[in-house]
Amino acid sequence: MIELKNLSKQFETLDGSVEALRHINLTIQDGDVYGIIGMSGAGKSTLVRCINMLERPTEGSVLVNGRDMGSMSQKELRAMRRKITMIFQGFNLLMQRTCLNNVMLPLRLGDADKKQAEEKAKELLELVGLPDKANSYPAQLSGGQQQRVAIARALVTEPDVLLCDEATSALDPKTTHSILELIRDINKKLGITVIVITHQMSVVQEVCNRVAILENGEVVEEGGVAEVFSNPRANATRNLIYPESADGGSVFPEGGQRVRVIFNGAVASREPLIAKMAVDCGIMASILGASTRSVGDRAYGYMLLDIPGTPENLAKAVSYLSETPDIAVQVEAEYAAKGVRE
Amino acid sequence: MNFANAFTPERLQEAWECLLNEFPFAVWETVYSTLLATLFAVIIGLPLGVLLVTGEKKGIRPLPAPLMGFLNVLINLLRSIPFIILMVMIIPLTRVIVGTSLGTVASIVPLTVAAFPFIARLVESSLREVNPNIIETAQSMGASPLQIVMHVMLPESVPSLVTNITLAITTIMGYTAMSGAVGGGGLGKLALAYGYQRYRYAVLYLAVIVLVLITQIIQSFGTWLAALLDKRLKNK
Repeated sequence: MIELKNLSKQFETLDGSVEALRHINLTIQDGDVYGIIGMSGAGKSTLVRCINMLERPTEGSVLVNGRDMGSMSQKELRAMRRKITMIFQGFNLLMQRTCLNNVMLPLRLGDADKKQAEEKAKELLELVGLPDKANSYPAQLSGGQQQRVAIARALVTEPDVLLCDEATSALDPKTTHSILELIRDINKKLGITVIVITHQMSVVQEVCNRVAILENGEVVEEGGVAEVFSNPRANATRNLIYPESADGGSVFPEGGQRVRVIFNGAVASREPLIAKMAVDCGIMASILGASTRSVGDRAYGYMLLDIPGTPENLAKAVSYLSETPDIAVQVEAEYAAKGVRE
Repeated sequence: MNFANAFTPERLQEAWECLLNEFPFAVWETVYSTLLATLFAVIIGLPLGVLLVTGEKKGIRPLPAPLMGFLNVLINLLRSIPFIILMVMIIPLTRVIVGTSLGTVASIVPLTVAAFPFIARLVESSLREVNPNIIETAQSMGASPLQIVMHVMLPESVPSLVTNITLAITTIMGYTAMSGAVGGGGLGKLALAYGYQRYRYAVLYLAVIVLVLITQIIQSFGTWLAALLDKRLKNK
């Protein structure tokens, strides 16, 4: 079990101090695949580096199985780091060493017998599906293969915890999927607790059972993945679940009456809502933008509508749409004024 | 200077004999003083270069700032003294170490003193090229600072180190020629004492040609070796 207690981290810069993390409290149970998600600059990477003390927290503590990481001697900490290993966005393999030597490195650092280290490293290359790449150099491998070697390297010391710092961010969607599958496998087969740092909701959706949402160095929401997805409370969570790109870049004409329809897990979204409104109220709304995503059989997301006609028409549309369960309606007043949302 | 007289058949004959009789030994002296001086300079300069990188404030094993300041000043100081002056300045040191300040063996002392700060800076720049993320990765594996140097920083920078040491060798060879002015042996001495001071210009030019050839060979070998050792370039 990993407990983060009142964890804060400040960086001193020339322009004064920056608070990267503020009073973080999280508990990660053994066997969890725990997602920590946030936009860039939210403090995710700092947070994960505080867990293995690559960054020293300015305040608060990190307890791993009840032991305080911050008060360990250098020697104890090094031993601990062999049990809490890490993979990275950039793979970070030694480019001048073969894959086998890369995987062996953590064992060699621990003065393991060379023969045994080699055997163990070969086993792990097999586990990650690259037994034939033992004598290849990283430059000869694809990104996905390099990450697999990095995973083998991270597992060679038989850790209890695997930290993944944006481990799939440099990979294409298909490779991302296969790496996530491998990570889930490892979690199931070896019982290793996994902490996944990412800015992609899809990654959390695919592998995690719990998730914490980080914004400006604070945890704004935390819970089971299904629970957080079906009822996102914090704004940051909503922003992550509903990508803004659908209308963010568009330019709309000045004026007009716009309505944002937010689906909070509406099953009703399967019904032809907009068409029904046209029939029932005689309002011909046009869809300016939409971004929705299904979780289970429920829809989450929003749709941006342009309501033609008088303000009465607008009021009618709003009340009609609001009647549908699990749908929230916002009139986009700012649009008319600024031409941009929020 | 009278170039017309420098290349008469007589003079050329003389230069040819010199090439056969004197040059082999001079080449040998140049080569061994260069290589030995490089070796000693690497022995001193490599650890210093490592310290320059690991010991700085954000390094993997920070050292006290005054110590780092002293190291930097010492290196800059030695690097800024022209070799020909340095050679004369450290004659007492050379006498203590070798017993004399004359001859090829004695010239290895000032060559080493001039070259080690240069090597330290080259090693420093090679090590700074190592991807800091890889160093962080090693830390995340529980590597100690010494292990990071031995298992990560040095092996990862081998191609760059080879390139830089090749550069150092060619520079040090230039210094050995200078040491010919104050008692060092080798092609420099041959060119200066025999060619220049006795007006045997054909010998002077021959010595220069041979120096250029040796430099070319060393440079080509170094470039080839660096490419051979760099596994980032390997695409089978």
